[in-house]
Formats: sequence, C-alpha cells, structure tokens
Amino acid sequence: MSESRASRPSSLTAADLPGYRPALVRYATLQVREAAVAEDLVQNTLVAALQSLASFRGDASPATWLIGILKRQIIDHYRRMSREAPLPVSGAGDDPDGDADLLDRLFAGDGHWVTKPEVWSDPEGGLQQEEFLAVLEACLKGLAGQSGRVFALREIMELEPGEICKDLGLTQSNYWVLMHRARLRLRQCVERGWMTERS
Amino acid sequence: MDTCRDVSALVSRAMDARLSLGERLRVRLHLAICDACRRFARQVELLRWGARELGRKGTDL
Repeated sequence: MSESRASRPSSLTAADLPGYRPALVRYATLQVREAAVAEDLVQNTLVAALQSLASFRGDASPATWLIGILKRQIIDHYRRMSREAPLPVSGAGDDPDGDADLLDRLFAGDGHWVTKPEVWSDPEGGLQQEEFLAVLEACLKGLAGQSGRVFALREIMELEPGEICKDLGLTQSNYWVLMHRARLRLRQCVERGWMTERS
Repeated sequence: MDTCRDVSALVSRAMDARLSLGERLRVRLHLAICDACRRFARQVELLRWGARELGRKGTDL
C-alpha cells in the first residue's frame, strides 16, 4: 500500500490523518504495551503532524513521515519514564519488573541452564513466519519494565545502542544487562508459545 | 572454564558490541561443546529478525 503512494508525488491533508490512526496505534502498541499510552502517543503524533503539515514535502511517503513523528514521541515518552523511575547506579538493577533474580532462576548454581533452550523450527519464510511473528508480538507485549523499553528501541525501532543510552541515561553496562534480560525473558516466552504448539 | 550463564551474556552482548579477541575465543570454545548455548545464540538472532520484521510491518501503513 505504501508503495503505491510512494510511487507518485505524495500529498497529505488534514483530512487524511485519521486514516493513518489504526496503523499508528498498532505500531505504538508494539513499543509501549499499555493501550492507553499508545493512544495518547498517537494522539500527540496526529496533533504534531497537523501543526506541521506545511513542512511535509512529500520526499517520503506520508506513512514514513508520520511514523518518524511517532518514533520521536515514543522516545520522549521513554525518556520521561526513565526520569521518573531512574535505574539504580549499580548497573544490575532492572527492578521495576520485580525480576532482579531472573538470572538466578534461569541458571543453576553451577552456571548451567535450568531449562535448556530448545531447537526452534526456522520461521524465516513460509507460513510459519506469520505464526512466529504473532507469538513474538504477544511476548513483546508482556515484556515490561526498562528492559522491555530498551529492547523495543533497539530491535523494533532499530536505534543504535549509543543513542538509546543517551536518550534513557544508561551506562553501557546498564544497557547490556537490560538487553540480556529482555532476550532471556523473550526467548523463554516465545519458546513456550512457539514450541509447545508444535510438540 | 566459562559457564552457560557467562557465555549467554557474552552472546547477547555480541549482538550490540564487538567482543574482545579473548571473549570471542571463549564464546567459540564454549559453543563448540554446548548445544544449549548454540541454540540460545540462534534464538537471539531470530528475536532480532522477528522484532525488526514487526517494526517494518508496522511502518508499512
């Protein structure tokens, strides 16, 4: 759909904006999880877009332009949240999730996996792809706290680690700890949804 | 001798930063003998691939 728009000179009027709302909400929900917050961010995005319609030149498609505004809103939202609930300086903390002992639950005292990761059937391509993405999307919605935010910025919005640290006021080691936790929790969740369905 | 706990953290870090030569060697030695961590390394890549797919599908309005 975006291709057909992009292939001719793009124009955007105030009347077009509501039509983009559902897709923007879906995108925002992927990152922030709480539906009400996603709605707010999209609302702010549409207001900001309305105010700067004149600056829309049509170099990018309207969708790309709107998503760009939304991304800015999401980053600002995360930044506000980090200010309100700053990370402990220790670097080990991600405690808003109440998940400080995650590593101790996943690994035995001797450092081995308590439950070994399974082989995942390869989802890249074909019918399985949609199914895998649906499981992953559901798991992302359950990924709370600072590690969920960091993961979303890095892997969904594809920001660079340095940018994320700057935006959220994280040290490099905070960042690594948070990303590792996010990956451990996500892989566990995906494995339940993805493997159990086929075993 | 590295544990799965240590190596999985390095595998995760390697997704975002360049490991030192020593760290890369440690990861490689461990993965050579550990199925579980090899699977973890693959899963981490699939999580990245999947999250990006979701993000890009989201921008495809």
